Amino acid sequence: MRYYLYSRIFYSYNMKNNFIILLAAVCFLFSACKKDNPISSTENQRGRVKLKFDHIVGGRVLQLGSATYTNAAAENYSIETLRYYISNIKLTRQDGTVYTVPKDSSYFLIDASVENSLFPKFQVPVGTYTKLDFIVGVDSLKNTEDIASRLGDLSVDKGMYWSWNSGYIFLKMEGKSAASSSGNYHFHIGGFGGYNTQTINNIKAVSVDLTKAGSSAVQEGLSSDIHLMVDVSLVLDGKTPFSIKEHPSVMFGEFSTSIADNYQAMFRHDHTHNFQKIAGE
Amino acid sequence: MTIRTTSRRSQVNKQHLYCILGIILAIVACRKSDDWVDISPFMGFQKARNFPEPVYNFATNKITEAGFNLGKKLFYEPLLSRNNTISCGSCHISYYAFTHHGHTVSHGIEDKEGIRNALPIMNLAWNESFFWDGGVHNLDLSSVAPIENPVEMDEKLSNIVLKLQKNKEYPGLFKAAFGTEGISSERMLKALSQFMLLLISDQSKYDKVQRGEGGMLFTAEEQAGYLLFKKHCNTCHSEPLFTDQSFRDIGLGLNPAKDYGRYDITLHERDKLKFKVPSLRNLKYTAPYMHDGSYLTLAAVMQQFQSGSIKLNNEETTQILAFLETLNDAQFTLDKRFAE
Repeated sequence: MRYYLYSRIFYSYNMKNNFIILLAAVCFLFSACKKDNPISSTENQRGRVKLKFDHIVGGRVLQLGSATYTNAAAENYSIETLRYYISNIKLTRQDGTVYTVPKDSSYFLIDASVENSLFPKFQVPVGTYTKLDFIVGVDSLKNTEDIASRLGDLSVDKGMYWSWNSGYIFLKMEGKSAASSSGNYHFHIGGFGGYNTQTINNIKAVSVDLTKAGSSAVQEGLSSDIHLMVDVSLVLDGKTPFSIKEHPSVMFGEFSTSIADNYQAMFRHDHTHNFQKIAGE
Repeated sequence: MTIRTTSRRSQVNKQHLYCILGIILAIVACRKSDDWVDISPFMGFQKARNFPEPVYNFATNKITEAGFNLGKKLFYEPLLSRNNTISCGSCHISYYAFTHHGHTVSHGIEDKEGIRNALPIMNLAWNESFFWDGGVHNLDLSSVAPIENPVEMDEKLSNIVLKLQKNKEYPGLFKAAFGTEGISSERMLKALSQFMLLLISDQSKYDKVQRGEGGMLFTAEEQAGYLLFKKHCNTCHSEPLFTDQSFRDIGLGLNPAKDYGRYDITLHERDKLKFKVPSLRNLKYTAPYMHDGSYLTLAAVMQQFQSGSIKLNNEETTQILAFLETLNDAQFTLDKRFAE
């Protein structure tokens, strides 16, 4: 019954296929764990990776509230709130093997107004990593779990949770714009695929190639700081540019999928600082 | 003769004296035990013989007396609303099987009106989903909806936690309920669940007949109604919870609030105007009916169904209504353990 349920809630399109995919995923997980565990002394040696989410709007640094930006539809807007979840982080080594950050240590709520939230940190085995993967949002399984497992950033009292249609808000962006008749715009994007009926799935996987701007070399006791540029203008002007006038308030509805597609592409690797000393952080 | 009378009188007086002494003793004893509730020990969650296995995962939230009491206090706590005026119990009144009896749609904070009729809070341990549209699938998360809804309690969980932390009583009550210091939204929601899980209505005449308690039997009219019910109603209003928990459109049409029900959750065309099949338990206390409270009487509801595929004559209608009467559980609505 439980398998059946989870198979249905996973990124479901076809239930049968899902089940097979789930089984495959479980098998993969087990085999992956086996590969990760044995001998290699380096496995027990840990270093740290620190991600840095640097928010920009086109060619400018994001200034919450005060600055005015212009979208492709020539509408002016400000950004007062920008929050989104990052989760299910994975790092791929040069040889193609993957290190998956323990799931419950990989949920981070990035909030442009909270300095501390911009630097997710986690321990990884030493090695050189060439690819970073994460989800923008919260995986479907976590969306259905008991509240006891919704700790820290996942607490439902963070203002990133829909109470009436149970599920996390993956990205929240709000601000002012004269293009909107109310003077404000709200984008609350969520949708994990549905509990037992297939619904909108806005879980977006992001894959960042680290080779061009500097692989992440992790040494024991040292930090590798992966610096990402996040171009927030792409939320509006990405794959599907749209006007605030036409879509001043986007929440749980069809159009939210276009916005999710847009922000999926807003992350770019800028550079990496390897072998950083870890201060008493 | 006189003497005998006197002696009898003195005997009677003695009996009176013992009786009065006994009563005083009883009162003193009760006072000593501090609380009348102590007389009936806390039983936790008890499943009636004629009920199926509950859906709620009790392993994640062990019900204790302290947890139940905390949940009850929170349920009737106005601090849970933005301006500290209304509680869960404002719209879910125990005497009306925890509905807002007499209100088509509930009045929330500052008398703001929602678009739906408050559902009764009963037998939630068996619920697979919550609310008329089934948008929430875990009891522990269901309370967040009314608390944060701008036309209901319009408060933020994080702010309630701050209010409770400042309160004199709550820190101790949370510790008693959960073993360690600390007030969190998770604990608050779990305590509310503990209270609501015990709001079980299983003492109706129907239940007693089913369990063969005290040789209770349906009357001829009720029995006839029961057979008609099984023929016409049981598919959706399945026994013993009297709902199959599915979402259905019974042809009410779009109301002025433009409420599409289940569609708002799934965005599937096929779910437009579908609402959760409500239980038929305690109808006596839960009028008005339907998701928007637009049907004031059961007679009107029966008429609505008969305009569809169900054909019943007057006698049959009366028989079904007589059967539905047996689903009322007065004991549930009067239970002191649940009342404010």
